[in-house]
Amino acid sequence: MEEKAILDIRDLHVWFRVYEGVSRVLDGVSLYVRGGEHVGLVGETGCGKTVAMKTAMGILRSPPALFPQGQVLLAGRDVLKAAPIELLRMKGKTISMIFQDPLSALNPVFTVGQQIIDVIRFGHRWIRDDGALTKTKVRGIAMEALTSVQLPDPERILSLYPLELSGGMRQRVLIAMALVNRPRLLIADEPGSALDVTIQAQILSLLKSLVKEAGIAVLLITHDLGVVRETVERVYIMYAGRVVEEGRTVEIFDDPKHPYTQGLLSSVPRLTGEALAEGIPGTLSDYTEAPSGCRFHPRCPQAMEKCTQQKPPMVKVSTKQHVACYLYHGGGG
Amino acid sequence: MSTRASHHQVTTGLNETRWMIIKDRLGRGWYKFRRNPISLVGGVMVLLCVFLAIFAPYVTPYPKHAGAFTDFQNAFQAPSKSHWFGTDALGGDVFTRIIFGSRISLMLTAVVLGISVPVGVFLGLISGYMGGKTETVIMRVTDVFLSLPALVMALAICAAFTPSIDKAMLAVASIWWTWHCRLVNGITRSIKTEEFVQASKVLGASPLRIIFKDILPNCASPVIVKITLDAGFVILVGAGLSFLGLGAQPPAEDLGTMISFGAKYLPERWWMTVFPSLAIFFIILGFNLLGDGLRDVLAVEEGV
Amino acid sequence: MVLFGLSILIFIIARMLPGDPARLALGPFALQEQVEHLRHVMGMDKPLPLQYWTYITGIFHGDFGLSFQTRRNVALDIAHYLPATVELVFVAIVWVLVLGVPLGVLAARYKDSWVDNLVRVMAFIGVAVPPFVVGLFLQLTFSYLLGILPTTGRLSLMTPAPPLRTGLLLLDSLIEGDFSALGDALKHIILPSFAIAMTGIGQIARLTRASMSDVANQDYIEASRGFGIPNRVIAFKYMLKPASIAPLTILGLTFASELSNAFLVETVFAWPGLAKYGIRAILRKDFNAVMGVVLVIGLAFVIVNLIVDILAGYVDPRVRIKHEEGE
Repeated sequence: MEEKAILDIRDLHVWFRVYEGVSRVLDGVSLYVRGGEHVGLVGETGCGKTVAMKTAMGILRSPPALFPQGQVLLAGRDVLKAAPIELLRMKGKTISMIFQDPLSALNPVFTVGQQIIDVIRFGHRWIRDDGALTKTKVRGIAMEALTSVQLPDPERILSLYPLELSGGMRQRVLIAMALVNRPRLLIADEPGSALDVTIQAQILSLLKSLVKEAGIAVLLITHDLGVVRETVERVYIMYAGRVVEEGRTVEIFDDPKHPYTQGLLSSVPRLTGEALAEGIPGTLSDYTEAPSGCRFHPRCPQAMEKCTQQKPPMVKVSTKQHVACYLYHGGGG
Repeated sequence: MSTRASHHQVTTGLNETRWMIIKDRLGRGWYKFRRNPISLVGGVMVLLCVFLAIFAPYVTPYPKHAGAFTDFQNAFQAPSKSHWFGTDALGGDVFTRIIFGSRISLMLTAVVLGISVPVGVFLGLISGYMGGKTETVIMRVTDVFLSLPALVMALAICAAFTPSIDKAMLAVASIWWTWHCRLVNGITRSIKTEEFVQASKVLGASPLRIIFKDILPNCASPVIVKITLDAGFVILVGAGLSFLGLGAQPPAEDLGTMISFGAKYLPERWWMTVFPSLAIFFIILGFNLLGDGLRDVLAVEEGV
Repeated sequence: MVLFGLSILIFIIARMLPGDPARLALGPFALQEQVEHLRHVMGMDKPLPLQYWTYITGIFHGDFGLSFQTRRNVALDIAHYLPATVELVFVAIVWVLVLGVPLGVLAARYKDSWVDNLVRVMAFIGVAVPPFVVGLFLQLTFSYLLGILPTTGRLSLMTPAPPLRTGLLLLDSLIEGDFSALGDALKHIILPSFAIAMTGIGQIARLTRASMSDVANQDYIEASRGFGIPNRVIAFKYMLKPASIAPLTILGLTFASELSNAFLVETVFAWPGLAKYGIRAILRKDFNAVMGVVLVIGLAFVIVNLIVDILAGYVDPRVRIKHEEGE
């Protein structure tokens, strides 16, 4: 099942050495994305999804980050053990990322043109074998990229500085930069969440059409369940550095198994009838002193004795759905 | 009327909370200060210098050598057991004279800062709060004084008078207030629009009250840090002036004057220059360390 | 403008001085009529505002008044001594850039390692030592103890100076192709310029370090890494440019501190520059000369600040854009 996966994270543990001790942010995360698939990664702020993705991208700084266990396979090669030059080769070609806040992701003292041209030039070394890149050719590619994200007047935009563009335009530029070297997998970290809702919708639909056209696999990271429902086929639910549930979007929304997922879904305000949305009581704990056993047990309305002792493993509850919860341990496979 | 009573209650309540916060910050600040090695070292150095300076007559081996003193028989002696740092051209014990000299340098700094800081802070508050023409006038004057580096301005001002230490002090003080004025002006302007100031205004507090109770505490940290950092710099300027002959005059020499006199006898009689130089370095370093540490502790940004 | 205010201020102060400059210039043995004559020639017997007015109009014709000491046009005097100081300060700035920036970058790159700590300590000490002390120590070590560099002056007595073109010895000897003079002048300028530069180096190094490590934590650097841009390019292009903004803004201040340090260092090294001239003028109460020096320095300041502003606008588009929006 995981063979054709472009991205395959296996039992990843990521720790950070901090002032107060060791922060065990990721505690055994496993997920995969196959070619052309659209997968979602859902969790609240602070659950570690960004850390997981940065690891996949190979941009976490190694001190202070530690990788005591696990593998991150990108197109078969383990990112954690790869030489820097191999990593460089993979960025842009195999995997690319869109950041959350377009303003802070663009260097303010360089023009859009300068930045995107550099991305093309440096990505070119590994991918394109259609001859040497001349200045005009690069510019041509850049303008093409900008047009593909529906930016009018690409010539002018190339000469502008990020400050001179609107938020929506910046996000489009970022998307162009991420896709210009035709990656096989795109990781989108809460795209558009820094923008107006209407613009966010535009951006998301743009993204959808672009990846469909090019057959790019997408890993969409978000805390917005509405977006998840509309865009991805499979979903992973993360909490406090662990994957607690995964499966097809439809199934998870219809019948969430893990208490956390249930809590998440019930937190979404509904337009029809019913009482006000309830949140989940409590907050994420500090990763230097994470709860033992299942990390959700302090907030779980159905916590049992077992939950405080050992980390629950993932068990299958139906053909495509897995849960990490002792509630399903006895009955499931 | 009931409004006045409640107004009073509310404002006192607000102020009390504000002082509580400040006390808490100070307490925490002291804790951090103790744990931060830089500020601690600096603090110790400064205290040592101040202590020596104050108790100079009791701490030095030859207190009579300070000031006007000649003993040509003993002049130019290299460092020895009886004269740790040697003797100078007039026969005075260098070690003693250094301590007395630092006393003068420190006194100069204290006077300069004592005058310029209150003046500067006051003008800064007023100009920042009033805005408009008052502000423009005050800031323009500040700009003029800041248009030249401190030493140069001080030199120019000293030009008008016969060289002496009090004129030097006055000269430096008359420039120094501008830095604090500008700093406080900036802070006042940015705080002026904040909500708690508006709140006080709405409640009918008089401008003076607002300035002192609302704005001033916010200026406290940056000003304190600046004062400690200033101290080092003022000593530098003062020593520079003396070195050039415009500050402390013999026989009441300060470290700068000592160095300038000693320089004539380089390199053979090195001790007359080297030791005062080390002393000045020590003092300035102490203040700088203290200031830096304080800056970290009170969490003020760089560039102050 | 500020310069006007400055000139008024200095003028008032200078004219207020007690003691009679004319008498000082002529000495205690001069006859009273001679003193009066000099005062008349100098225009000191006219009312104050009139004096100011003549002075200001004179300036626009390049006439800075006559120096009490040399009886020459102050402007000439200044022109004579200025190049030496310009050279000195210029070389000092080179020191600051060549040493300060790379040290700061190094410290940021190896943050918290021994390299970083060493740089920070050095910078700290650099700021804490008075420049004249630095100058004296340099003299002591390099000239007296090691004997490899000369103590004072711009050129050894034995070396003939190249023909006067710009007054900048380094430039003049270069133009003339006189390499022995060039070498000699270089040897002479090393110590004093370094003494001046010490504080600046410390300040710039610290600021560059802070700035670089700030930039390194920014999202856009992470993003560039994510897009596959190699680390070296990131360091030298994408980090350096934003990080250079802060040190650039300090450049004006660095220039200021260098200028004031020049006053001290020129004395130590007997460097015949503007500062030395200015100090002599002050001690002898030659207030025309003092005025001249002060105004020239003020002017230099304005120019330098202007240049720094332009450069800042060039490097950081945010500044430029704010200007265009009519800030």
